[in-house]
Amino acid sequence: MPLTLDISLSQTRHCNNRKENPPIAIIPTSSFPWDPGFVFGMDSKTPVENLYSIEPALSSSSRRSNFSIQSKASGGNSIREVTFTDLGSKPVRYGSHGADSETNALSQKEINDEDARLVHINDPVKTNERFEFAGNSIRTAKYSILTFVPRNLFEQFHRVAYIYFLVIAVLNQLPQLAVFGRGASILPLAIVLLVTAVKDAYEDYRRHRSDRIENNRLASVLVNYQFQQKKWKNIQVGEIIKLHANETIPCDIVLLSTSDPTGVAYVQTINLDGESNLKTRYAKQETLTKIPEEGKITGLIKCEKPNRNIYGFQANMEIDGKRLSLGPSNIILRGCELKNTAWAVGVAVYAGRETKVMLNSSGAPSKRSRLETHMNLEIIILSLFLIALCTVVSVCAAVWLRRHRDELDFLPFYRRKDFSDGEEDDYNYYGWGMEIFFTFLMSVIVFQIMIPISLYISMELVRVGQAYFMIRDTQMYDESSNSRFQCRALNINEDLGQIKYVFSDKTGTLTENKMEFQCASIWGVDYNGGKASSVDGYYVQVDGKVLRPKMKVKTDPELLQFARSGKETKEGSHVYDFFLALAACNTIVPLIIDTSDPTVKLIDYQGESPDEQALVYAAAAYGFMLIERTSGHIVIDIQGERQRFNVLGLHEFDSDRKRMSVILGFPDKSVKLFVKGADTSMFSVIERSLNVNIIRTTEAHLHSYSSSGLRTLVVGMRELSTSEFEVWHSAFETASTALMGRASLLRKVASNIENNLCVLGASGIEDKLQKGVPEAIESLRTAGIKVWVLTGDKQETAISIGYSSKLLTSKMTQFIINSNSKESCRKSLEDAIIMSKKLMTISDTANNAGGTSGAGLTPVALIIDGTSLVYILDSELEETLFQLACNCSVVLCCRVAPLQKAGIVALVKNRTSDMTLAIGDGANDVSMIQMADVGVGISGQEGRQAVMASDFAMGQFRFLVSLLLVHGHWNYQRMGYMILYNFYRNAVFVLLLFWYVLFTCFTLTTAITEWSSVLYSVIYTSVPTIVVGILDKDLSRRTLLKDPQLYGAGHRQECYNKRLFWITMIDTFWQSAVVFFIPLLAYWGSTIDGSSIGDLWTIAVVILVNLHLAMDVIRWNWITHAAIWGSIIATCICVIIIDALPSLVGYWAIFKIARTGLFWLCLLAIIVVALVPRFVVKVLYQLYTPCDVQIAREAEKFQSQRATGALEVEMNPILDPPRR
Amino acid sequence: MTDTDQERDRNKETAFYKFTQQTLPACKPVLTPAWVITIFLFTGCIFIPVGLVTLRASRSVVEIVDRYDAECVPEPFRIDKVSYVQDDSIPKNCSRFLKVHKYMKAPIYIYYQLDNYYQNHRRYVKSRSDQQLLHGRKYHGTSSCQPVEFNNDHAIVPCGLVAWSLFNDTFKFIRERAELKVNRKNIAWKSDRDHKFGKKVYPYNFQNGTLIGGGKLNPRIPLSDQEDLIVWMRISALPSFRKLYGRIEEDLDVDDVVVVHLMNNYNTYSFSGKKKLVLSTSSWLGGKNDFLGLAYVFVGSSSLILALVFMLLHLRYRR
Repeated sequence: MPLTLDISLSQTRHCNNRKENPPIAIIPTSSFPWDPGFVFGMDSKTPVENLYSIEPALSSSSRRSNFSIQSKASGGNSIREVTFTDLGSKPVRYGSHGADSETNALSQKEINDEDARLVHINDPVKTNERFEFAGNSIRTAKYSILTFVPRNLFEQFHRVAYIYFLVIAVLNQLPQLAVFGRGASILPLAIVLLVTAVKDAYEDYRRHRSDRIENNRLASVLVNYQFQQKKWKNIQVGEIIKLHANETIPCDIVLLSTSDPTGVAYVQTINLDGESNLKTRYAKQETLTKIPEEGKITGLIKCEKPNRNIYGFQANMEIDGKRLSLGPSNIILRGCELKNTAWAVGVAVYAGRETKVMLNSSGAPSKRSRLETHMNLEIIILSLFLIALCTVVSVCAAVWLRRHRDELDFLPFYRRKDFSDGEEDDYNYYGWGMEIFFTFLMSVIVFQIMIPISLYISMELVRVGQAYFMIRDTQMYDESSNSRFQCRALNINEDLGQIKYVFSDKTGTLTENKMEFQCASIWGVDYNGGKASSVDGYYVQVDGKVLRPKMKVKTDPELLQFARSGKETKEGSHVYDFFLALAACNTIVPLIIDTSDPTVKLIDYQGESPDEQALVYAAAAYGFMLIERTSGHIVIDIQGERQRFNVLGLHEFDSDRKRMSVILGFPDKSVKLFVKGADTSMFSVIERSLNVNIIRTTEAHLHSYSSSGLRTLVVGMRELSTSEFEVWHSAFETASTALMGRASLLRKVASNIENNLCVLGASGIEDKLQKGVPEAIESLRTAGIKVWVLTGDKQETAISIGYSSKLLTSKMTQFIINSNSKESCRKSLEDAIIMSKKLMTISDTANNAGGTSGAGLTPVALIIDGTSLVYILDSELEETLFQLACNCSVVLCCRVAPLQKAGIVALVKNRTSDMTLAIGDGANDVSMIQMADVGVGISGQEGRQAVMASDFAMGQFRFLVSLLLVHGHWNYQRMGYMILYNFYRNAVFVLLLFWYVLFTCFTLTTAITEWSSVLYSVIYTSVPTIVVGILDKDLSRRTLLKDPQLYGAGHRQECYNKRLFWITMIDTFWQSAVVFFIPLLAYWGSTIDGSSIGDLWTIAVVILVNLHLAMDVIRWNWITHAAIWGSIIATCICVIIIDALPSLVGYWAIFKIARTGLFWLCLLAIIVVALVPRFVVKVLYQLYTPCDVQIAREAEKFQSQRATGALEVEMNPILDPPRR
Repeated sequence: MTDTDQERDRNKETAFYKFTQQTLPACKPVLTPAWVITIFLFTGCIFIPVGLVTLRASRSVVEIVDRYDAECVPEPFRIDKVSYVQDDSIPKNCSRFLKVHKYMKAPIYIYYQLDNYYQNHRRYVKSRSDQQLLHGRKYHGTSSCQPVEFNNDHAIVPCGLVAWSLFNDTFKFIRERAELKVNRKNIAWKSDRDHKFGKKVYPYNFQNGTLIGGGKLNPRIPLSDQEDLIVWMRISALPSFRKLYGRIEEDLDVDDVVVVHLMNNYNTYSFSGKKKLVLSTSSWLGGKNDFLGLAYVFVGSSSLILALVFMLLHLRYRR
């Protein structure tokens, strides 16, 4: 436990500001770091009546009930470094981060020798002598020339299908069992293996090539006190490496020193996680002064074994007898680029395949689709069927052999005895028992395609085709980010058609995660812009050059006026302080970018928190432009006048305090403390006695901001007296040099100074809803999909976003659960269940009384917060919550941790058989995405963690509608049909062979040539299946989007279910009997020879299965035509070719038989008789019990009022889900 | 020129675009009652006439079938037919009288029909060597011919069970004391004679073994001219089959009596197979078989009934 705790701590610190995203981690719910002084929305003992308010009886609109006191911190602020300037003295940094000593204490316990790797700095020989650490050469290629054949074959035979193929082929090689010729039995497997092998070889060649390029890149490495160029592949762990600006980092390196005097280095991690902003990394202060060229650096780094967590690193370094702890901010990872830093020196700790980026470069997760799982059951049924057929054949053969055992010796067509050597031998006869056994095996070989192995291959091809169309779909192309839809998992396309639950993240998924400063409340005055706001870009002119912020912000004219007026007026000075706080109290790094116009330069504010970026841009727009930030000072351009402030101290954000502060030394020698933080944490440190009115109005403003969906932050300040500063300074210095408990000491120092603040104001930042989100949610809900929103935001924000995204409506009854003990949770849940049941019965009776109107149902929304979930998840309350959630049409979970998100998904996934989909954009959604049946990543502002873990990735939330309602529906329908059709297609052929066996003494002679048997599923019938599986559309996109209820077809499993399977099998039985018996009876007692009738059967069955498909094709375009008719023609050509080879038995048979009228009459009779029952059933079904899809099809075709009317009446109601 | 090129490019692009957006122009047939009724009516209207024509063709065929395997064993040997037929010392001739009850127009096909004879048995089907039939002794890979492969270490030509069991009953037809002329040429497929049986392959050591399975062949005639063998070696599909023996090229009148002198050599007694002699005229359809005609009429009338049912349903339950 201490390990995970430690990681969570360090990570919270590390990433605290990018929403709520501790990376992939591991925050145990039990140690969930919520503020213990958390103000809960409701007292646990509050009577239930307070919880919900239900309008009496049947009123369609229940009053919204909102109890929770808006309170919780809004994610907040981060402070990355604690910097301190002793008024003009040399800058010194005290420790790179606060958690140092804790980590230290823990890590000494954690990293014991077995789990650690020891790296001797600048001594690769010693480092590597005991352990063989991986070199830095990487190898993504799988094969070498020598190992290609065996390894590739080995990998290919991991598929069960191929093994089945192989076993059958091997069986066929035994002389006793040789049903087919050698070539015919091995050829299909050989072709498949060869094609795959060629594809693999090509891919591997490309990997070899890129590996070679990568391995031969150069880096400067310290050799004999001099930096020399060395190829990447030769870099060893323990070597010291020097990097220059814009160079790519060759391996995972612990920083020793950088060009910055305080040891800061900026890296861009775009190759690692896709985030383009700069991240700061630090060298340890103790190693900063070492110059590798001059003196030998000796030291020992003890770090954890290589692992894939790119946000975690734990190590300690012994240098000069001191022991320092290292964390994730001291390491720069392979694949990143060094930016804005002239040089950096570090020691390699992980190299080559052990680097974090390589450990993370694993393929997409492999999942198995629900349809396929169901299908496997049917495959088992088919196997049993196969065994049954084989048993019938062998039993009959046994009986026949027994009855004729006296005749066998001389039977002209059996001739057991062989007299050729003069003595009597049994020829090819191994006794009765063995003969039966061989017959059984032979029948397995003959009937092998009963198990539709080709189906697996077709399914893969079809999925590739479907994926292609999803990727190419312009409706799912995001122009703003220029990103296409991505299909990362290839085997769950059809699951998209059966999704019942959608779990969505909020920030970045429903919203854009582009923070925009909206309004401010300064000194009790609300400046919310109103209508008069404008978006003039503010700029300053310096030396004739124009400097402007990269992003324009809407400004309030009144506020702008005050900001320009300077400190003279009272309002002006408050506004001055407020914006100064916004510009200074952050960790944003300004970057100056050249534009195409040489006189114009842009300022780009780089930082990890979008909130902070928005605030700094806002400050800039009002004339407080942050120009420069170093560890010791900041330069702010205030209304065109550059001012330099010394940064005397910085208390970074932590999740306990939920605020950050900065101590600024003003040019006039005064010292001020600026604090920015979440409202809950701020109001506890604000001096209440001062300005009571202002505090009250600010609180009111905050409430209205968060109710309208804005993210709020409160800003406060205090002037420090010299004595106060001195006290703080000495305390800070002691704390930051402390060896033990440094973090808590620093936190204590910060808390001591952050008090008695005077409130400056509050800011409201809007996280805009993405385009089309309300419509998308509406569509999904109409489609019968339950949308759950899981967010880290606070309740008010979540609810207001819920309203604006149409997730919540005013008609809904809301149950809000936020409790802080298990008991109160239980009580709230149980009460809520009772209430919801009451509501259901009320609406039920309403329905009964009121007849058909379905609107009597009161939709119920459940709003629950993370703290309650801590008590509920993993306890017996889970079941209660699930029951409640099932009754609710909307569930909104606020302030949930990443792991809780996964827990909620698991809650649903484990209790129902319904499909779940999770959609999110940030690292905090990874666990949820991986947990759900289908994971969708949004490639947005938050990097690529979610995308990397997802099955599908796209640019915007609204594409989900296209993805599910259109592509999901299509994919499901196509795949379901294709599987059934494949079962039918193979079974009909097997049964045809089986019927003939009954007329050949059960000896498995096939009238159909072995080549036709082999080619049947390869050439004769495969292409139309695949084409239809990729291209057929039951309904147009427009119809599907217009009537989302049509999605219910997937929920009801209309395209693939047990009933359909059995109907198909009965149909198969009939059709095969027709194909077999019509020619049999027509040619009974005639001169017909085996090959001729075999050709008739071949052609008949191929035409039959293709016409069967043609009958079910819904949309005929030229490709479908080409595939179906082409297949029939190809079959005829193949049969002709086979019969034109004199070496085969059937020479010229087709030419003979095709000249007779009987042949064509048989063919016509077969096709019609075989298809009539199916046709009649299909027609009756379509005309008299049509499904939604059918009605919509007709409506689409005729566009008539009648059909549309029918659609509305007959559409199955889905809004009310039956309880399971 | 460039304009048309561009236009073509644009067209191509849009066609491709339509393909990727899955909006290719397509026909979407929907089964409306009208369509369904039309389809059934159409099927009925096609099938019934075709069935009637087929039936008529089948009925026009005149066929005389005479089972002779039992009758042609003299009374004393009927207890043990197998030893009778295997005993070379006993003469096997037998006479049958066939009465023509309907005018038969030449050519009249002579078939022998075997029942319960599994020419399609796996062991039997495999026991031949097509390569040897074509290339004769030059071809050595005759292992498939077992158990009739070698005789005194020489490969038997033609080898294999199929050739070994060659049918060897012979028939002579006499009408009013005059022998009917039977044409036994061109009874086998021309393709087989030309490409499957060697013109220079002579059955020099055929049927010399200890166990005689059936007919012998004249060693001086090449296989390509041994039409009985070629016919026999085209394996029949079903356990009850006919094989062409020859053609009578004279018409037979009603009440003609044809006397058949036959040699009852072939042993079907050991496995209770039946032997029949068939004289049959021919139609465009082939032999006499009412099944397909009846099937067509049945399917045709069912379609009409279905059309009627759907019509009624449509009137009754109009959507």
